Amino acid sequence: MAEHYGTGDLKYDRKRRGLPQEMGVFIAFVLLVAAFEAIGRLFLDSSFLFNTNPNLDTLFNEARLKIIILQVAIVGIIAIGVTQVIILGGIDLSSGSVVGATAMVTMSFAQISIVNGNPNPKAVFESGIFFDLPVIFPILIGLVVGIAAGFVNGLLIAYARIPPFIATLGMMVFARGFAKWWTKGRPVSFPTEEFAAIGSGMMPVVYFVSLAILFALIMRYTTYGKHTYAIGSNEAAARMSGIKIERHKTLVYTIAGMLAAIAAIVLCSKNLTAQAGMGLIYELDAIAMAVIGGVSLAGGRGSILGTVLGALIFGVIISGFTFLKLDAYYQEMAKGMIIVGAVLLDQWRQRRQAAKS
Amino acid sequence: MPADEIILETRDLTKYYGGVHALESADFTLRNGEHVAIMGDNGAGKSTFVRQITGVEQPTRGDIIFAGEKVEFAGPLEARHAGIETVFQTLALADHLDVPDNLFLGREKTRHDWLGPFRILDYKGMREDTLAALKKTGVKIPDIHNRIENMSGGQRQCVAIARTATFHSKLTIMDEPTAALGVQETAQVENIIHALKEAGEPLILISHNMRQVMDCVDRIIVFRRGRMVADLNKEDTDESDVVSYITGAKTQEQYAAAADA
Repeated sequence: MAEHYGTGDLKYDRKRRGLPQEMGVFIAFVLLVAAFEAIGRLFLDSSFLFNTNPNLDTLFNEARLKIIILQVAIVGIIAIGVTQVIILGGIDLSSGSVVGATAMVTMSFAQISIVNGNPNPKAVFESGIFFDLPVIFPILIGLVVGIAAGFVNGLLIAYARIPPFIATLGMMVFARGFAKWWTKGRPVSFPTEEFAAIGSGMMPVVYFVSLAILFALIMRYTTYGKHTYAIGSNEAAARMSGIKIERHKTLVYTIAGMLAAIAAIVLCSKNLTAQAGMGLIYELDAIAMAVIGGVSLAGGRGSILGTVLGALIFGVIISGFTFLKLDAYYQEMAKGMIIVGAVLLDQWRQRRQAAKS
Repeated sequence: MPADEIILETRDLTKYYGGVHALESADFTLRNGEHVAIMGDNGAGKSTFVRQITGVEQPTRGDIIFAGEKVEFAGPLEARHAGIETVFQTLALADHLDVPDNLFLGREKTRHDWLGPFRILDYKGMREDTLAALKKTGVKIPDIHNRIENMSGGQRQCVAIARTATFHSKLTIMDEPTAALGVQETAQVENIIHALKEAGEPLILISHNMRQVMDCVDRIIVFRRGRMVADLNKEDTDESDVVSYITGAKTQEQYAAAADA
């Protein structure tokens, strides 16, 4: 625990500061894993966490652990941006659709012209100049799409003063429409080898972890992070202290758009194809990860570390359902319940905090 | 700025809310280093007067001269930039942040300023300055890295006031700073006011607490029904005298014509 500094002769009472919220999320994570492990041992005669295959010489079930982290990595990248938006006191419902739009545009600039000796059957551009581009082009174009969407969100919310829920809902519908319009609904496939390498194997996890560390440091150690917390905590006070609220809000939404674009690039590279329906309800998964991780929808409270733990909990639940051999339908219903449950938990936390002070 | 120079002057300052004459022709002067209390019954015009000076509202008529220049504040932020720090009844603190964060909000000490919005916070420097400022003003906070939401009302008020005291404002205004506080917490706030006096920083204090006013200020202005009715040096008056001006039993001669109007 951090050392303390104070003035006067009053006694320092550690309990007044309270446990870091991430500790509670981590305990929940451990309990959840233990619960699945116990159910597996008692009812299925198998293990959730540990290796039970005698042919493999590993302690843990590495295949399952890899799946857990891999399936949350891409939505996790979006959740890093969504976390900042929620701490700011806003919400971003557009990120899933922005993933779809970005993936379509990016993929169409990552295509190769010749597939098995024939012209690319999924070609978006008829003329030859947009094929076989160096990998940097589709990446940059994709980032521009996401940044533009986030920037427009920010302008609408900060300057036009449209409530974040409505502004990003509009962007959600618009971006999904844009994704369909781009190719008149047809999927886009056959990227260059370099582009396909971006999201191959465990690379999505590498991006997720790197971005999480980067933004955890930014939120903790820069004025950007401090002002984000301050605005979410007390916007009037932040304005009175001279923080340029409008500019800062626009920046936060723009960064959230950029992170959605990164997720889209990794996702369509991993899948080797892009469809207009990509990223469907990712925005809600991302919000759920943040809220499970202790980010308060009221703003001002939460952290990137919490969201990473929230993402892991999310992954364990989905993977645990598969482990229990439950239908995919149950998974979807459970996801819905998790999202609402996480918000209930957040409200309970807020009430408890209000009662304390 | 010389000690007895006029820091704030209002001439004919007037505010109407529709047909309600909330403030009528207030002529007020404050010298540098002087502590002045504004007293009066509820609805007498005290807060209206302060809201014009701090830019929260714009006057119907009249001039405000601050630090030798005529000013027209479009909002409270402009007033703050000009050097008028106000501690409002509702505290302007970010509850989820700690004491140094709140003290330096919007004016953080940073390193690597070329990073723009991603400037690196100088936590150590802000912590040291915070401790120095709290010691200077006599504020007792056992753990400055505790979040504001975990603190008592008195500690919050002290942080809000220490915030204004840290930044050498030209004028500090406190609107009922101890209205919601207990005895010990009130004493802490009064300690800060005394520290400001010793540092030669001028103060306008709005308060209902007669003992506090007698203890903390040099001069008492009394408002009644939107008008100034008395301007009293503390040495020339006492508590019952002030009360008789507040209740309307007495009116100073120079204000008599206005008060009867």
